[in-house]
Amino acid sequence: MTTPAIKGQAGLTGNSAIAYGMKQINPDVCAAYPITPSTGIVEEFSGYVADGAVDTEFITVESEHSAMSACIGASAAGARVMTATSSQGLAYMWEMLYIASGMRLPIVLTDVNRALSAPINIHCDHSDSMGARDAGWIQLYSETVQEAYDNLLQAVRIAEHKDVMLPVMVCLDGFITSHAIENITLINDADVKEFIGEYQAAHPLLDTDNPVTYGAMTLPDTYMEFKHQQSKAIARSKDVVSEIGKEFGKKFGREYGLMEKYKLDDADAAIVILNSAAGTTKVAVDELRKAGKKVGILKPRLFRPLPYREIADALRNVKSVAVLDRVDSMNGFGGPLFNETRSALYELEKRPKVISRIFGLGGRDYKVKDAVQVFDELLKIADTGKVESLTKYIMNKES
Amino acid sequence: MAYIEIRWHGRAQQGIVTAAKMLGESCLRAGKYVQAFPEFGPERMGAPVRAYNRVSDEPIRLHCQVAEPKYILIADPTLIATVNVAEGAPDDAVFIVNTPKSLGEMQKELGLKSKSAKVYTLDASKISLENIGRNMPNTPLLGALAKATKVITLDALIDNFKENYSKKFSAKVIEGNIAAMRRGFQEVKGE
Repeated sequence: MTTPAIKGQAGLTGNSAIAYGMKQINPDVCAAYPITPSTGIVEEFSGYVADGAVDTEFITVESEHSAMSACIGASAAGARVMTATSSQGLAYMWEMLYIASGMRLPIVLTDVNRALSAPINIHCDHSDSMGARDAGWIQLYSETVQEAYDNLLQAVRIAEHKDVMLPVMVCLDGFITSHAIENITLINDADVKEFIGEYQAAHPLLDTDNPVTYGAMTLPDTYMEFKHQQSKAIARSKDVVSEIGKEFGKKFGREYGLMEKYKLDDADAAIVILNSAAGTTKVAVDELRKAGKKVGILKPRLFRPLPYREIADALRNVKSVAVLDRVDSMNGFGGPLFNETRSALYELEKRPKVISRIFGLGGRDYKVKDAVQVFDELLKIADTGKVESLTKYIMNKES
Repeated sequence: MAYIEIRWHGRAQQGIVTAAKMLGESCLRAGKYVQAFPEFGPERMGAPVRAYNRVSDEPIRLHCQVAEPKYILIADPTLIATVNVAEGAPDDAVFIVNTPKSLGEMQKELGLKSKSAKVYTLDASKISLENIGRNMPNTPLLGALAKATKVITLDALIDNFKENYSKKFSAKVIEGNIAAMRRGFQEVKGE
């Protein structure tokens, strides 16, 4: 059976799709310092600025630290603000990331996932965004070019929602998604405009009739109240992400939830995995299902905040789970997605066995056969109840 | 899932990343699901580069490297001595090589063990020099691919090129490349 590609689709790389989405969003301010592999986003978007296709104030800065600082200033002033970066660039924004979230500024940042130095490497892994996982930003992950574009449009709504008011990071895989042309259905400009709506900052600095202070000094008697409010806001954002994902589905036909469950309902064994590698894993699931093996996938879309109840619910009936992290926490105890998934499952009365596998660091290829191997191991664990190695690297090197 | 995998070998600045892009776009216009992506290393002019396509009637979920390409296009024949251009190729792989050498010479040079593998040759550099004024073997190779395989038609390649690149390039460059595609289609030789 064949399903012809949807009429009117375009072929775009992840970077082009994000730049195009930014053009449609037409933010008031974009401050950026290009870095591989997200360079294409900033390059193409600056082209839109030069051509007069957007009204954006485009601020070229001398570093990512300044890029995020300029975004923070502009957002506090009341502007709709976007930027993009990767790897060392995100790491260099480090202290400013916390300031953006602490000031409750709805900045939207695209992180094209790339490994962190040392050793230096330009290819994909998740050490950059996972390093920033506790910076108070909402994080959305994207399997395909289409998902990256759709996530970007929804990110604006999530960030600016009155119950949230927090920055959002949209993550997609460096090179694998950022530089690959795939079929994508674009939304027309008017519909994007209507979906994201006009932005009215609740407390803009430039509203001099109603003066406010951002980033003031707080002492032990108040700091904790700020953090408590921030903590509640990011917890609340989970429902907002669901709501907007549903609304997006109603309007444009592609519904988004907090996670995608692929053939998981009757599965004995499951892989939990983020971004593009979930697609490769789906191909493995299809192959194994043909051979009668009950395997499935849980692909979280929202990682911050962690939808822990929904994760536990999704994995309630499986016997064994492998959480595949494209990053090592360097804690001697597996990756971040592993630890948090495993912790989420603790609430279940009957818990599956959970193992950690680290894969794909610095762009190392992850193939269908790697996923098949993990599933074989999981099915064995499901049978015997015995785990031979709790944490392991998938090296996947032939020579 | 049924899909076709294609690998392009060239050197940086020979336009194979663009060729993969143009092929992907043309297939997409023909109602296919596509992927087109380069393999990047440290970038410098003249360095060996690979680019890939996947083409399918169903959505493509694979996000790993192309490991078993059925069609292999070689934009620079000097790579045959330095890079394993036949890596992962199935027995019935099809090789399309830019070379002034004869088909027999190229078959020998590639040294393919499988008898069901097919080799096609064309002097894409000469075609591009004559039609575009510089060594840009990518568009003649696309024309040759349309002739040697059923992946795409020449008309689909030309229509896509006219529609998507007319804003980017001058009329002279567009015409030169279209002529180069046509000549690649006409002049490719195979068994």
